[in-house]
Amino acid sequence: MTQRTLVGAINNALDIALETDPEVVILGEDVGINGGVFRVTEGLAAKHGRHRVQNTPLDESGIMGAAIGLAMAGMKAVPEIQFEGFLGPAYDQLVNHAARFRTRTRSAITIPLTVRVPVGGGIHAPELHSDSPEAIYAHHPGLKVVMPCTPYDAKGLLLSAINDPDPVVFFEPKRAYRSFKEEVPDEAYTIPIGEAKVVSDGDDLTVVTWGASVFQCLEAIDNQPDDVNIELIDLRTIYPYDLDTIAESVEKTGRCVIVHEAPRTAGMGAEISAAIQERCFLHLEAPVQRVTGFDTVMPYYKLELEYLPDAERIGKGISECLAY
Amino acid sequence: MSQTISEPTERAVQDQSNGPRMSDDQALEALRTMQLIREFESRTMQAYQRAKIGGFCHIYTGQEACAVGTIMSLEKTDPVVTAYRDHGHALARGMHPSACMAEMFGKLAGCAKGKGGSMHMFDRPNHLYGGHGIVGAQTPLGLGLAFACRYQLDVMGSGEKRVALCYLGDGALGQGAFYEALNLATLFSTPVIYVLENNGYSMGTALKRHAANADRLVDRAEAFGVRGVEMDGLDVMSLYEQFRPVVDDCRERQVPAFVDLKTYRYQGHSMSDPQKYRTKDEVEQYKEKDSIARLASQLMTPKDDGGRGILSEDDWSAMQKEIKDLVKEAMDFAEEAEAPGESELTTDVYANPQPNLSPQSVYGHGVKNPLL
Ligand SMILES: Cc1ncc(C[n+]2csc(CCOP(=O)(O)OP(=O)(O)O)c2C)c(N)n1
Ligand SMILES: [Mg+2]
Repeated sequence: MTQRTLVGAINNALDIALETDPEVVILGEDVGINGGVFRVTEGLAAKHGRHRVQNTPLDESGIMGAAIGLAMAGMKAVPEIQFEGFLGPAYDQLVNHAARFRTRTRSAITIPLTVRVPVGGGIHAPELHSDSPEAIYAHHPGLKVVMPCTPYDAKGLLLSAINDPDPVVFFEPKRAYRSFKEEVPDEAYTIPIGEAKVVSDGDDLTVVTWGASVFQCLEAIDNQPDDVNIELIDLRTIYPYDLDTIAESVEKTGRCVIVHEAPRTAGMGAEISAAIQERCFLHLEAPVQRVTGFDTVMPYYKLELEYLPDAERIGKGISECLAY
Repeated sequence: MSQTISEPTERAVQDQSNGPRMSDDQALEALRTMQLIREFESRTMQAYQRAKIGGFCHIYTGQEACAVGTIMSLEKTDPVVTAYRDHGHALARGMHPSACMAEMFGKLAGCAKGKGGSMHMFDRPNHLYGGHGIVGAQTPLGLGLAFACRYQLDVMGSGEKRVALCYLGDGALGQGAFYEALNLATLFSTPVIYVLENNGYSMGTALKRHAANADRLVDRAEAFGVRGVEMDGLDVMSLYEQFRPVVDDCRERQVPAFVDLKTYRYQGHSMSDPQKYRTKDEVEQYKEKDSIARLASQLMTPKDDGGRGILSEDDWSAMQKEIKDLVKEAMDFAEEAEAPGESELTTDVYANPQPNLSPQSVYGHGVKNPLL
C-alpha cells in the first residue's frame, strides 16, 4: 500500500502495464522527459525507454491514428491527449475508425486502445481546457467511456481499460488530480468497466454523479440534516453504464438527482433520467432532477465556479426533489 | 537535449535584397512597441503570480521583434490571426493595453469581455481575429480571411488589395490542418502570409525532435507552390526590410507566402513550466542577442559609427518610463474594472436568444464592452 494521488495512481498503473506487457505503448505530446502536461507519465520514459513512452509532435490526429494502427496490429496503445478540447483534431480517427472497426470487420480486427484524457473544470483554465464532453463519446457505439475520481478506482479501471479488447476513452478529472491521497495497493488489480460504486447508503434519495462532481455531492450531502439519508452513486463508467445499480437504488428511494459538469441538454443526465423513468416509473415519488453546467460554452475562470455545480446548487436540487 | 536554432541560411540572405529601409520614425515606433510588449509581459507575469490572472498564460518576451516587424509592414485593414501566445500581436496591432490586461483579469472591459482570457485576444476594429487555443486551427482561418479579402475585391468590387497575416508556432507544423491550408492557398491563389514564429520548441519538445527535415522548413511551403523565406526574427530592422517586400508582393499579385522567422522565447512555455528541456546557458545565449537591446543600441549609436544616432540615453530612459506608466495604468484599470456578473454566464451564446426554446430559456444579450 502507498498513499497516492490520482496522478500517482495512474502513473503507477501505467508503470505496471509497461512492466508486465511488452505490447503496451504510450504516446503523446511531451509524455517523455517532461512527463506530460500534468506529469502523469513522469519517470516512465526513463524507466521503460523512449520507444515505449513515445514523444510525438503536436498532432492529435496523427497520435490517435497511429495508436489505432498499433492496436490494429495487436498492440495495446495508450495515447495521451493533453486536454479534452484537443480531442477535436483526433475525433475523426477515434469515432470514424477506432469505434467502428470491430463492427466494420465483423470482429476480425479489434482496437485495444486506451485514450487518456484530462477532463473537466475547476482548475481556472479556459474553455477547451475545462470542458466535459463525456456524453459525446458515450454517444458513439463501439467506444467505452470511463471517468474515475479516486486514486484507487483510477488504477483499477485503467488496468482494466488497457486490457480491454475495445477502445476506451479514459477521462481523468483534473480537479481531483492532486486534491487528495489515499491508500492504493502497489500490486496490480482491476475494477471492472461498467460497475458503479455506491459511495454512501441511504433510503431517502439517490444522487448519481461522476468525475470531480462526486466531491461536491459529498459536501452537499454532508450539509443535509442528519435525518436525511442519501445514497450517493459514483457512476465511474459513463458507458456502458451501470443501470442496475442506479435502478436498484431509485426503486428503494423513489427520488433521484443527477449531477454533472457538462451542459444539461443531451448530457448523460438526460440519458440516465430517461432510463430511470423507463425502468422505475412506478417507484418514482418525484421527477428526476438534474443539477448540471449550463448550455453555454465553459466560461473563463471568474465565472467558472458559477458554472460548475457546487454543494449549494446540488443541495438545492436535493431539497427540491425531497420536498416534491 | 538542448538545441541551438540555426542561423538563417544563405537562401534567406539572398532574399533580403532591396527592401525599403526602416525610417527613423518607424524605428522609434518599433522600439516603443517592443518595449511596451516587454513591460506588459513582465507585469502580466507579476499579476499571474499574484493570482490576478487565471487560466493559462503564455508570455511573449523574447519574440517581440516578430510581431512588431511583421505588423509594421501591414495596412490597417489587413486581417491578422494568431495562436494563443497573443498578447504581443494584440498590442502591436493597436489594442489598448488596458483592454488586453482586463481580458486576462477576466473583467468586462477586456477585449472579449473577460470571457476569453490570455489566449483569446480579439480586436475587430483593429482587424485582429484572435487569439486561438487549438494549435494549428488558426491556419485555415487565415486562409479564409485572405480568401474573403480577395473575394470582396474581385467579386464584390469593394475595398482594396489586402493580405492576411497568419502566425503559427513551430509546434503547429505538426498539425495536418496547416497543410490543407497551404494547399488551398495555392489552389485558390489567396494572399495569406504564414508567419512561422520558430522559437525552437513546441512546449517541451525541441524543433528537431518534432519536425522532420527541420533545417528546411520552407520546403514544406514550397512543396505546395507557396514561396518560402527564412528571416532573422531577432533583428527588427532587417526583418522589416525583408518582410515588407514579401507583403508588397503578396498584395500585388494576390498570392500566398510562408516566412520562417527564427526567434526565441525567454520564459517557459506557460507560467507553469519547469523547463527541463533546455539549459540556462541556452537562454542566456539568446538574451545576449536581445532584439530590444540591439535596436536601442542601433538607434543610440552615432551615424559615424554605423548607427542611426537618433536616440539619446535620456530619450530611451524617458521612453521606458512612459511605457512603464502606461502599463501600470493598464494594471490599475484591470484591477478596478468590473467583473462579469453571473448573468453573463448565459449571454453571447446566440445572436437571437429564443425564450422557451432552450430548456433553460435564459439566454440573454450581454452587456456592451465599455472599451469597444
Ligand atoms: C490541438 C492542440 N494540441 C495541444 C495543445 C497544447 N499546447 C498548447 S501550446 C503547445 C505547444 C505549441 O508550440 P508552438 O506552436 O511552437 O508555439 P509556442 O508555444 O512556441 O509559441 C501545446 C502542445 C493545444 N493547445 N492544442
Ligand atoms: Mg514554438
